[in-house]
Amino acid sequence: MTDKTAHTGKNTGGGDVRLTGISKAYGSFNAVHPLDLTVPQGSFFALLGASGCGKTTTLRMIAGLEDPTTGTIHLGDTDVTDLPPYKRPVNTVFQSYALFPHMDISENIAFGLRRRGIKSVKKQVDDMLELVQLGDKARHKPHQLSGGQQQRVAVARALINHPQVLLLDEPLGALDLKLRRQMQLELKRIQTEVGITFVHVTHDQEEAMTMADQVAVMNGGRVEQLGAPADLYENPQTTFVANFLGTSNLIEAEVLETGGSDVLVTAGGGKLRVPGDRCTSAVRQGGKVLVGVRPEKISLAHADDAGSIADGRNRVTGRIADSSFIGVSTQYVVNSPAGAELQVYEQNIERDTRLVPGAEVVLHWNPAHTFGLDAAQDIDAGVETVEDAG
Amino acid sequence: MSTTTLTKKEGAAPVEEPVLRKPSARKRLVPYWLLLPGIIWLLVFFALPLVYQASTSVQTGSLEQGFQVTWHFQTYWDAFTEYWPQFVRSLLYAGTATLLCLLLGYPLAYLIAFKAGRWRNLLLVLVIAPFFTSFLIRTLAWKTILADDSLVVDVLNALHVLDVTSWLGWTEGERVLATPMAVVCGLTYNFLPFMILPLYTSLERIDGRLHEAAQDLYASPATTFRKVTFPLSMPGVVSGTLLTFIPASGDYVNAELLGSTDTKMVGNVIQSQFLRVLDYPTAAALSFILMAIVLVMVTVYIRRAGTEDLV
Repeated sequence: MTDKTAHTGKNTGGGDVRLTGISKAYGSFNAVHPLDLTVPQGSFFALLGASGCGKTTTLRMIAGLEDPTTGTIHLGDTDVTDLPPYKRPVNTVFQSYALFPHMDISENIAFGLRRRGIKSVKKQVDDMLELVQLGDKARHKPHQLSGGQQQRVAVARALINHPQVLLLDEPLGALDLKLRRQMQLELKRIQTEVGITFVHVTHDQEEAMTMADQVAVMNGGRVEQLGAPADLYENPQTTFVANFLGTSNLIEAEVLETGGSDVLVTAGGGKLRVPGDRCTSAVRQGGKVLVGVRPEKISLAHADDAGSIADGRNRVTGRIADSSFIGVSTQYVVNSPAGAELQVYEQNIERDTRLVPGAEVVLHWNPAHTFGLDAAQDIDAGVETVEDAG
Repeated sequence: MSTTTLTKKEGAAPVEEPVLRKPSARKRLVPYWLLLPGIIWLLVFFALPLVYQASTSVQTGSLEQGFQVTWHFQTYWDAFTEYWPQFVRSLLYAGTATLLCLLLGYPLAYLIAFKAGRWRNLLLVLVIAPFFTSFLIRTLAWKTILADDSLVVDVLNALHVLDVTSWLGWTEGERVLATPMAVVCGLTYNFLPFMILPLYTSLERIDGRLHEAAQDLYASPATTFRKVTFPLSMPGVVSGTLLTFIPASGDYVNAELLGSTDTKMVGNVIQSQFLRVLDYPTAAALSFILMAIVLVMVTVYIRRAGTEDLV
């Protein structure tokens, strides 16, 4: 066992964060179920999930602020599971920033260096202030700074120590939307510049997708799916991921044929094709499957033009229940026999004036954009939580 | 046409203004109304007696012939040169008691603020529980606790603690009662809650995440306390030490009940000058000297502690 660990350690490079069978239980409540996770060195990694999904607990276990109930944590080849937080080469940017109110900005930033006995900190502190563009605020107290500035101080205070891993616990949660977007880009810039591994905890799926190279979607103390943002978005493996990341139309369907490369299914009287390799579970004839398609992949045609739709596309007929114009696109809600309240996002290129609530329409899309999910799952998993988080 | 509109407007303006201003003027007066009872109280029971005492301190005469204001400032100098040992003793006892209160109170306040969990409220009630008994009775109880051959004194004797304290001049032989140590013990006991409560308040306000942040930034628990917790609790330390030191330096009950003639504090002198010797000018002068010393010491202390810098 030891040999094997050492071996993999050599192969995967020195600085990966490796969680092996890590779990956390508070009494009878399991905050985190045993999970394995590897964060590659130098990557921007996001732990995404609704509040209470175990993402912050996982982060705190890496920081050493929380003792895991089972499992081990490795930084590179070093087992840090039993190290106290002040002995780990890991720094955290806290959700509330947790800046020391009795110290000025430069003292806050120098705190970590001084604790490790480094005497001449001025140059490094100045460089750090420069990096986060707060050079003129060195002698200010934290309470004299705005939320966004405090946030940057928190980042600088952690980064100055050149940690192997920087942990960010919802660092943008307290900022307003515009500042949040700005800070997302800022953090991404800093990460690219310093090349340190960032582990970022967030409940904002857009934030995770914009910033991270890799996203682990967590739900109920487990990792639901792990992958690059585009991969997670295009190929969700569970209904939770499908609904939590963006919006998905999930239609309950029955399998008709499994012969070819496409699976033929029926829903609400119509027939749909799903690429066989995009079905997450084994499909068998007569079984149930959840057919999914993203709203922006769907085109909308007025029922009168149904004839002009190219062959081979998936079609669903329905009636527009609601439409809202949001500038770049128009969002429609369509009720159909296949499923209620299907979402369609149409680019505003040439607007068809007949597409108003009450109009009979045909929804059509390329079958390649369809995915199939295990029908045993809750079809609405992850839907409500997005609204809560927003 | 335009002229009439103009005059109308001008005429209307003064009517509008008072209507708008009246409620705001009343609102502005509210703080002063709220201050009034306190100001009256201070005037009648603090400022007036203070002026009265000040005039007493520069009077001469005797009880039989009556006292007259003669601007006799010599009384101050005489009082100070005669009773300076009592002043020194008062400040020494009060200072020692304050330090002991801080050493005893800080760990307890820390425990209640951070570690007590659901026991927090119970512990706070226990801290103020002594107040349910009279100050005098509690001090008299210490007479029994420190009496010769009491359990405490026997144990201290057996452990040879009293040999050390006798050598230091805090106790005498195998006795504790009627020694400086007894007085300091009484002062410490009586003023401990006044130390614990402000300490608890300022510790309790410290965000627990600051401890986590410090530890995350390579500070061991001891360093975290030294660099984060203690500096942030300074407002509590300052107000706790002031609430202990100021009343303790003017106290006379503990020295009266637990001490001897060798442990008289300035409070005892003032009391006996006022009530037994009936030398009112000296008593008043002593009060003002004590007040001046304490004021100067407190000002220097607050300046040095730099509390105005703390959030």
